[in-house]
Amino acid sequence: MASSGSGYDLSSSTFSPDGRIFQVEYANKAVENAGTCIGIKCTDGVVMGVTKPLLHKMLLANSGKRIHTVSDTCGIAMTGFVPDGRQVVNRGRDEATNYKETYGQAISPQILSDRCATFVHYFTLHGSLRPFGATSVIGGYDEETKEHSLYMVEPNGVAFSYYACAAGKGRQPAKTELEKLELHKTPISTEDAVKQIVRIIHMLHDSSKDKPFELELSWICEASGWKHTGVPQDKQKAAVEWAKEQLEEEEDEDESEDEEDGDEMEE
Amino acid sequence: MSRVERYMNNQSHMEGAESRGLKPGEVSTGTTIMAVPFDGGVVLGADSRVSTGTYIANRVSDKIAQLSEHIFCCRSGSAADTQALTDYVKHYLSQLAIETGRQPTVKTAAHIMKRLCYENKDNLMAGVIIAGWDEVEGGSVYNIPLGGSCIKMPFAIGGSGSTYIYGLVDSSFQEGLDEGAVRDLVKKSVAHAMARDGSSGGIIRTVTVKPDGNTRDYTSGNNLPYGPAGW
Repeated sequence: MASSGSGYDLSSSTFSPDGRIFQVEYANKAVENAGTCIGIKCTDGVVMGVTKPLLHKMLLANSGKRIHTVSDTCGIAMTGFVPDGRQVVNRGRDEATNYKETYGQAISPQILSDRCATFVHYFTLHGSLRPFGATSVIGGYDEETKEHSLYMVEPNGVAFSYYACAAGKGRQPAKTELEKLELHKTPISTEDAVKQIVRIIHMLHDSSKDKPFELELSWICEASGWKHTGVPQDKQKAAVEWAKEQLEEEEDEDESEDEEDGDEMEE
Repeated sequence: MSRVERYMNNQSHMEGAESRGLKPGEVSTGTTIMAVPFDGGVVLGADSRVSTGTYIANRVSDKIAQLSEHIFCCRSGSAADTQALTDYVKHYLSQLAIETGRQPTVKTAAHIMKRLCYENKDNLMAGVIIAGWDEVEGGSVYNIPLGGSCIKMPFAIGGSGSTYIYGLVDSSFQEGLDEGAVRDLVKKSVAHAMARDGSSGGIIRTVTVKPDGNTRDYTSGNNLPYGPAGW
């Protein structure tokens, strides 16, 4: 996977003999070391979650957000270098405002992700600039087609649309768990997706090794009036309880995971 | 002088549209334009007279311009201004269609036109009606008069000749007319305006916009539903 750059990795504007741009690959490393970010496209909306390690006890919870609203109908969740991600969010907000001014309607997630990807890619072309060390997960709703979608923009400027995506430290196990859900065949509801994201994050978190963390969750769905908002606190709490029960069950009985078990829920 | 002071001092904005803003020798589409939607499309209509003062520069002009596959625009005011505006909007719409991968909406076309008209209102004299069909709203009509406001309307009339037919259209228009009735209404109204407005005349051009295709048609001067031949 990693090989020594030996001289071809000093600048974004240099290819290596085997056709790689090492600076961009190193930017991906910055993302791989950061908190896990998961996005799921559901039947009735899109849910995104990012973990934030609480580095100091003195840190106020709910500050230093990693999920931002870019327009009424689009939100961006980022992982990697948070300040780099903020630049992408700011650009996204500019693009959304300009689009609305020019064309009179809200930007669609497809076009927003394309604009953000072009922006991110620009920084991989110039020797005097460094690539963004952040991956942006874009969830949004298109007011014209009435469809919601999920995109992920990586530091090399690639953007794809996903049924579910993961980035950051725990992306490999997260992707495995998401694939087990077979979301491309049977998508789940946003309520279930919130629970699944919480479950996966808690599953990946090793309380003996990792710092305590905060999980930011946002969604854009029918329940939120197709506006990008944080998942309500009561749903988050319920999801955490459910997830903890699931994980305990898993420990007690090997591999019998009842994903649709909602009997304990009081809603 | 500020723009507001100039506007208040210049009384010619009280007179007909053509006396304000046209430069000497500039060609005007002093005109009658109209657009009415129906269930499943829209009918646009216009006269065909283009005048420079009292000389009729073109008696068979086409004042209905195509902006995209199912969106059209009726032009009135300075011919140069409206042609330039139409070209810009066509360009923006085609770019947007490529970027989004689908046909633009009438609302978007109207918005782009509105922005151009409003931001450049000091240098333009253009009153346009944007009308067309799209998947989201069906047939719709937007009126963009001189200042650059943009209002969606159940039907719209514009141009110098429109002042003479407000009463006629108000009393004849009903919701829920079918395609044939709407086309007849447009032809009758434009013909009445052409009979009384010196800046309107020639033939009546109509465009019927529907999702399966557009139809261009014209009614020649001796077949007008109302006019000199019928007096």
